[in-house]
Amino acid sequence: MSAAWTRRHLLGLEELSADEIRTVLDTAASFKEVSTRSIKKVPALRGKVVVNMFVEPSTRTKSSFTLAAMRLSADVLDFTPSTSSLSKGETLVDTAKNIEAMGIDFVVIRHPASGAPHMLSKVLRASVVNAGDGAHEHPTQGLLDIFTMREVKKRIEGLKVAIVGDLSYSRVARSNIWGLLKLGAEVIACGPSTLVPAAFKELGVRVSYNLDEIIGEVDVINLLRIQMERQKSNMFPSIREYARFFQINEERLKRAKPDVMIMHPGPMNRGVEISPEVADGERSVILKQVENGLAVRMAVLYLCSGAKEIPAAEESHADAGDQRR
Amino acid sequence: MPDPKTLLDQPAIEKALARMTTEILARNASRSRLAVVGIHTRGVVLAKRIHESLQEKCGASIPFGTLDITLYRDDFDTHGAKATVRATDIPFHLDGKDVILVDDVLFTGRTTRAALTELVDFGRPSTIQLAVLVDRGHRELPIQPDYVGARLDTHRGDSIRVRLAETDPAEEVVVIEGKSTS
Repeated sequence: MSAAWTRRHLLGLEELSADEIRTVLDTAASFKEVSTRSIKKVPALRGKVVVNMFVEPSTRTKSSFTLAAMRLSADVLDFTPSTSSLSKGETLVDTAKNIEAMGIDFVVIRHPASGAPHMLSKVLRASVVNAGDGAHEHPTQGLLDIFTMREVKKRIEGLKVAIVGDLSYSRVARSNIWGLLKLGAEVIACGPSTLVPAAFKELGVRVSYNLDEIIGEVDVINLLRIQMERQKSNMFPSIREYARFFQINEERLKRAKPDVMIMHPGPMNRGVEISPEVADGERSVILKQVENGLAVRMAVLYLCSGAKEIPAAEESHADAGDQRR
Repeated sequence: MPDPKTLLDQPAIEKALARMTTEILARNASRSRLAVVGIHTRGVVLAKRIHESLQEKCGASIPFGTLDITLYRDDFDTHGAKATVRATDIPFHLDGKDVILVDDVLFTGRTTRAALTELVDFGRPSTIQLAVLVDRGHRELPIQPDYVGARLDTHRGDSIRVRLAETDPAEEVVVIEGKSTS
């Protein structure tokens, strides 16, 4: 039986315990089945309202949260900053409090500032779910990546995972690292030295600037998007040179373990960090990640929704078969 | 707390299940339409036993599924989310089937209500028939069982525990008396 979940918010993987992470993964595994039903919907969150507050563009994460909420029968309100009062000078907290006053239960927030979800969680009664804050964390992406690794490899403990690409501004990398280390995996941060800060060593990961040196020993390669706009800031000489040293292509894969998993959180630059053959090849689990993201987000909404209302006394007989009413 | 009182022992449970199986076969002439679905946790254990003896007596394979009704509960707002959501698994088409829905204890009827709502999300069975090992009364909804192992006279505050060899150290049905409020 999974450990009890008592959190109202999901802000990051840094603050979760290994048991809490396992609870989300186990719950997500059960939720995966809902999407295979003829009626892909369960009534668990009927009457609850989820607000998608994406103060930074996003397509797949937002769609995934929206669909997750819908499959749990919650209502979804979309909050788009370009048409909202945030562009008229209102503070984030005021905007969120105004939306909360309409009677909402969840704020799913993506924000360019690290810590924005934490700030909201302190002033709102609603549950706050972090959908990416600055360069800090993207917890549901980290959870779905770990869920996918566990699904394919059947374990996390002892796995060797390389996170390759631009890690310095990557919230996906940070969430992955915190989650994977807690569950006992080994993590190698790999990329050009300008994009992989040595400070990552303090988190407990190995740092490598040479992909070819480490590719043979890893079970999972999680690729991060190279942000083309960063080339202007001279972080690496050229896209071509980056691809020469760090692109995962068929040639390079020959030196990898035959069952290595290739992951990418998207959106990917075909021909830069990954070659089209590998992206569409049999070792790529990129579409599986998208599918699992839905189940993980359903699990997160479900668990956070229940946490605020469990009276301590109710839990004691929760598993006695006849006590269900 | 008063000592638990045994209401059914292992042979009595076995006998009750055997009689229920016979009744199920008597009422369902069209064997090819039969399917068995258990409600987690102990309903699944009982359903497996019933399913096995039904297959034995029919000499044919009968579809089997499991239901976790956690996401369909009507007390979500007061009781909150349970951290454990077990998998619902209905690996066959429900349309046109005669579904034997199995649970251990029938009490208020709310679990059954949730299970019925969940089942019809999977398809449109021809019939759904309810089989329970123990009917302890005190219904809060208009739900009645079709097959009953034992009808027990209980107080509302009593706690009925079904223990089965597959999940528990002993096999028995016991009552732990609560405050006699009714």
